[in-house]
Amino acid sequence: MMRHIISILMENESGALSRVAGLFSARGYNIESLTVAPTEDPSLSRMTLVTRGNDEIIEQITKQLNKLIDVVKLIDLADSFHIERELLMIKVKTTPEMRDEIRSMADIFRGKIIDVTPTTYIIEMTGPSEKLDAFIAAIDPESIIEAVRSGPTGISRGEQGLHL
Amino acid sequence: MELNGAQIVVQSLIDEGVEYIFGYPGGAVLHLYDALFQQEELKHILVRHEQGATHAADGYARSTGKPGVVLVTSGPGATNAITGIATAYLDSIPLVVISGQVSLPVIGSDAFQEVDMVGITRPCVKHNFLVKDITKLAETIKKALYVATSGRPGPVVIDIPKDITAPHIKVPYSYPDNVTIRSYNPVLTGHKGQIKKAVELLLSARKPIIYSGGGVVLGEASEQLIEFTRTLGYPITNTLMGLGSYPATDKQFIGMLGMHGTYEANMAMHESDVIIAIGARFDDRVTGKLDLFCPNAKIIHIDIDPASISKTVRVAIPIVGDVKPVLEQMLELIKASTIKIDADALAQWWKQISEWQAINCLEFDRSSPLIKPQYVIEQLHEVTQGNAYVTSDVGQHQMWAAQYYKFNKPRRWINSGGLGTMGFGLPAAIGVKLAFPDEDVACVTGEASIQMCIQELSTALQYKTPIKILNLNNRYMGMVRQWQEFSYESRYSHSYMDTIPEFVKLAEAYGHVGLRIDKPEEVRPTLEAAFAMKDRTVFIDIMTDRTENVYPMIEAGKGHHDMKLRVAIGTSTDRELA
Repeated sequence: MMRHIISILMENESGALSRVAGLFSARGYNIESLTVAPTEDPSLSRMTLVTRGNDEIIEQITKQLNKLIDVVKLIDLADSFHIERELLMIKVKTTPEMRDEIRSMADIFRGKIIDVTPTTYIIEMTGPSEKLDAFIAAIDPESIIEAVRSGPTGISRGEQGLHL
Repeated sequence: MELNGAQIVVQSLIDEGVEYIFGYPGGAVLHLYDALFQQEELKHILVRHEQGATHAADGYARSTGKPGVVLVTSGPGATNAITGIATAYLDSIPLVVISGQVSLPVIGSDAFQEVDMVGITRPCVKHNFLVKDITKLAETIKKALYVATSGRPGPVVIDIPKDITAPHIKVPYSYPDNVTIRSYNPVLTGHKGQIKKAVELLLSARKPIIYSGGGVVLGEASEQLIEFTRTLGYPITNTLMGLGSYPATDKQFIGMLGMHGTYEANMAMHESDVIIAIGARFDDRVTGKLDLFCPNAKIIHIDIDPASISKTVRVAIPIVGDVKPVLEQMLELIKASTIKIDADALAQWWKQISEWQAINCLEFDRSSPLIKPQYVIEQLHEVTQGNAYVTSDVGQHQMWAAQYYKFNKPRRWINSGGLGTMGFGLPAAIGVKLAFPDEDVACVTGEASIQMCIQELSTALQYKTPIKILNLNNRYMGMVRQWQEFSYESRYSHSYMDTIPEFVKLAEAYGHVGLRIDKPEEVRPTLEAAFAMKDRTVFIDIMTDRTENVYPMIEAGKGHHDMKLRVAIGTSTDRELA
């Protein structure tokens, strides 16, 4: 069951997101994560969807997505060289003796502390999902108040791109 | 020209050339109904239940090739239309369903008769729209009709809030000549390289078979299919949805395939080395158990919908395109090709097929004192000279109609194949008869199915659509009973109704002619009498052998080569049903 990142350019219409989500539930495909936001062209949204499946399932997923009238174009980023990033914001409890250690840990992972209170830090970090997993695994689970992840988003390398 | 929203809807449909709109009024569409009242071009057909409206529009669409148009109110009007929308979706029928919606400011407030129609229909439409701006109304209707009728056709819903159709809000009206949707560009012609490969494979086949489906009917490619098939000299089988696209009485036609297909069609599929699937989608009722499906065949698949290709069965040569131009492209290459078909191999193949045909899998007991349903369909074929439009409901009668009415022309066989919707036949027949008032229209049904939309008998009277209803009455939900006999040791759980209405009286109560027969010798004269009553709807309640089963049959989990055949002629009437 290969992991695939499917990047979709779609009409920025109300209901477009639910068409995609509905397709996945109706046909029994799984969605690991899904992010969506308007693009530089306000009439278009770009959705990044992470799913898993064998080649047949992924082929059906891309065909079924293409069949949705609101979908303009899509690519399976797993087919080509691409860069993938996810955003993590994590809020941790800090005791006076732990504050330095957490700060240096964030430095090692190239995270930034973006909010500070006497007893907490919020750390912002971007990177491939595995890096964020590794960071979360490296800090004391007891200290985590909450963590929020955007889900991965991606872009292909080189001159090719997903545009009209 | 300035029009209000309701007038825009009506005028747009008129400008599009829509002839009939099938509907039922209610609160959210009152403005629309007022606009309908004030014109005469667009004819409204008032049904008795919104499901009937969708099926009637569907029957109209299937028989004409033009889109069927439906108008329902919000809430229950909209939900009642769902079964008909899903029926059209599964069989790729172009419908445009206009539903009223509560006014924009109250959407989402659980207002009276509010349902989220766009949300509720999303999984069973090709596309849907919620119109929030009156200036987009005409364009949306054009888009809906374009999407519904192009590419792989399907139903499209337009949900229109009541305030969009308000009489006092007027905007300039012009109906667009055409419309483009940047995210929707159906592929029409096939890829040349793929077609070349397909032709080479096809011409070098030793045991080829042509397997064609509803796509040939929808794509108006019957003529091309006939020329293609005759040029090659190969055997052809049709799916349930494809019947009529190749003449059933032609010698190259070896019958329908699939669960209740002929022995020869299924065996030929199983033994074939090359299959060309044309506008057919390898439905589970066609393939049987997938692991056992056509073990030795290389498959070529032509379909306008890329998602239909390699969905359930992997194919060697996919060709995405409209079947008509693709068949034309192929024919050109076949005629120019230097590859010669191996005549000896083909003769051997036909010899093998004729051995399978000799089993005579569709034979039934012709000396029974009871009316055999198969006999009724054969007689229907003779009385109507094979020219009738035949609609059906779902169950045993549907399979018998498909097996025994030898359809020679496309668009004559009107049935719910994909969704299997009981209640489809009667309203569909009304839609067909409106489109073809001078043609014979028969609805082959059963006493269970007909009761699911029987209220439409009233519509048939109001609009003077004289159809002939053949009610194959076996006092059972026959197909359910058959499965219970085969797979549940004859435990006939709720497949029988203790109280079946007196259909003759019922038909008469609705203002039609009711007839009842129970002897084989009555079949022919009764059918002749019924079809002679050109201006009356006739309901013929035909008491048939209640033990009769549909044969042959591929039971669940079996392959094409493993069919259940009738054991011996004459045994069925001896059986006692519990």
